[in-house]
Amino acid sequence: MKKIISFPHIGQYYHPIKKFVKRTTNIKTIESPFITKKTIELGSKYSPDSACVPFKYNLGNYIETLENGANILLQAGGGCRYRYYAEVQETILKDLGYDFKFIQIIGKDHLRINEIFNIFKELNPKLSKIYFIHELLSTLLYIKYLDDIDELIRHRIGFEVYKNSFIKLKNDFLNELDNTGGIFKLTYLYMKYEHKLKKIKIKKPKNTLKVGIIGELYTAMEPFCTYELEKMLAQYNIEIKRFTNLTYLLWKKALLRPYIKRKTKKYCKYTLGADGLDNVYRVLWLKKHNYDGIIHTKPTGCTPEIGAIPIIMRAASDNKMPIIFLSFDEQTSSEGMKTRIEAFYDLLNTRKEKIK
Amino acid sequence: MNGYLGVDIGSISTKAVVIDDNKKIIASSYIWTEGNPIKAVKKVLNNIKEQLEDKNICIIGVGTTGSARKLIGTMIGANSIKNEITAHAIGTLSLHKNVRTIIEIGGQDSKIILLEDGIVTDYAMNTLCAAGTGSFLSSQSKRLGVNVEDFGTIALESKHPTNVAARCTVFAESDLVHKIQMGYKKEDIIAGLCYSVASNYLNNVAKGKKIKSPIIFQGGVSKNIGVKKAFEQILKEKIITDENGHLMGALGSAILSMNNKLKEPFSFKISDSNFETNAQECNKCPNHCEIIIVKKDGKKLDAWGNRCDNGKIAT
Repeated sequence: MKKIISFPHIGQYYHPIKKFVKRTTNIKTIESPFITKKTIELGSKYSPDSACVPFKYNLGNYIETLENGANILLQAGGGCRYRYYAEVQETILKDLGYDFKFIQIIGKDHLRINEIFNIFKELNPKLSKIYFIHELLSTLLYIKYLDDIDELIRHRIGFEVYKNSFIKLKNDFLNELDNTGGIFKLTYLYMKYEHKLKKIKIKKPKNTLKVGIIGELYTAMEPFCTYELEKMLAQYNIEIKRFTNLTYLLWKKALLRPYIKRKTKKYCKYTLGADGLDNVYRVLWLKKHNYDGIIHTKPTGCTPEIGAIPIIMRAASDNKMPIIFLSFDEQTSSEGMKTRIEAFYDLLNTRKEKIK
Repeated sequence: MNGYLGVDIGSISTKAVVIDDNKKIIASSYIWTEGNPIKAVKKVLNNIKEQLEDKNICIIGVGTTGSARKLIGTMIGANSIKNEITAHAIGTLSLHKNVRTIIEIGGQDSKIILLEDGIVTDYAMNTLCAAGTGSFLSSQSKRLGVNVEDFGTIALESKHPTNVAARCTVFAESDLVHKIQMGYKKEDIIAGLCYSVASNYLNNVAKGKKIKSPIIFQGGVSKNIGVKKAFEQILKEKIITDENGHLMGALGSAILSMNNKLKEPFSFKISDSNFETNAQECNKCPNHCEIIIVKKDGKKLDAWGNRCDNGKIAT
């Protein structure tokens, strides 16, 4: 049987992940079909009801990609319930009667390159360590450039003069990066597109509303899950700051931890698990940088964030930052969310006018 | 004279007001939605029309709010379609300038709005559960064989309110049945229910928020003096209710329409037109968006519900 590798979706990161897996293993790699309502229906049908919603999206992704012929599935892991995803999902899928191999790449808290190399060496016995490290670095760089471009776009997309000009540019950018091997070529391409991006016409009034998005990682990075929250904010001409992205999670987070711990001393004695502490820090950061409001997103029942919310509320009210909390699961209605966002926009707008 | 129409189409009731240039209510109507917002709005418009018959008023702005705001807004050509939170805040502020907290309990949702110096600083809506809303009270009134309108006065007669488990609608109901079978007095149970609505609201919707007076209590449930008393007992603050408390959303949307610069004369003839809604599934990808098409006399007026441009329907 021909081997086909696949993995679940999270935002647009399937581009670098697919490229990395394909080039290191030499095995056909496909991404799961794009998330639709069918994905989440399948996922919730076979998941425990109390599982958090990313679990259900992931499972739906797996089922759809298995139907498309994939037989090797990849999963990562993290510092919360995410750590159990791999085992539970594997069991559920095996119980459903699918035949496949399940590989968890990151099982522990820290990334250990040797362990990951051994996993890929098993898939591709000819893989040399130097080539692997080169690919790993180039993928990390790819992810970093993707996040950097996203960051630049997030500040501008609400004010574009010609509709879809940023999305078009980003698609071209991803296309070129997908077909580039060398690290230097990647950097060159990034610079080229950064230059192009900064030339795209925008009409940005001086006193625009600025909103920070904080919260759990999946709801931050997967737009489908939050009914395209960022797009909705852009339609209201709001400038967006989002902290969580893969670059942050892969290495920035660990580097920043001692600093964040020091900065949040007033509120937290210990770390809160997952991104809890980071989110408390972000409230203070957003205040310092004159943002107008904060939107906190999480899946319903996300334990680390539930632990962090009272502290975040306290930090926000101490600093007089308006904040709303949005919870998402497979039953959340988009209408209810639209009402809350619209009201939040009105709140920020009248507040800003009053201060002026 | 110029007038502005505000319509608030909620899950249970539909409210409409007409205000003049001084934000004074000159006509109002309040009826049950009965699961058919289009019919309810036609009825409300006819009501208003009758009240305005001998006055010389030209309506030049229409605002809608409530859960059916988009549908009805499209239908009657509103120049302001705004969410309930903003509408309630603006409506209330026009009557009570220094309000700090608005407690609103409606048929299916409840919300809290905190204000400071005349601007909204924080708000919350109930998320998962309908416990402690109007529909819960009205379904329990049927079980007890009492009119929901009489709930408040009966509750006031009670000297020892029964403790009713308030966390969840279903459990509250089974606890209620249990209490009835145990032989508790009806007025004590009703007072207990009113108390449970208030404590449920404070524990779920107002969770973690600082409630400061003046506090204004609105929405259909505010007509229930039993709940008002329960709030006063728990919060140990005076609770203000308004005889027009149920109209605040409609009033707010009328004011919002007045503030909007784009104005268009409105004619009551619209209630003679035939409106239809159609749900259609888009089959262009596995997402199967449900698209709602609104038709006026057989002509497409607007369509929504598609998540991407592929499902766009030309109107």
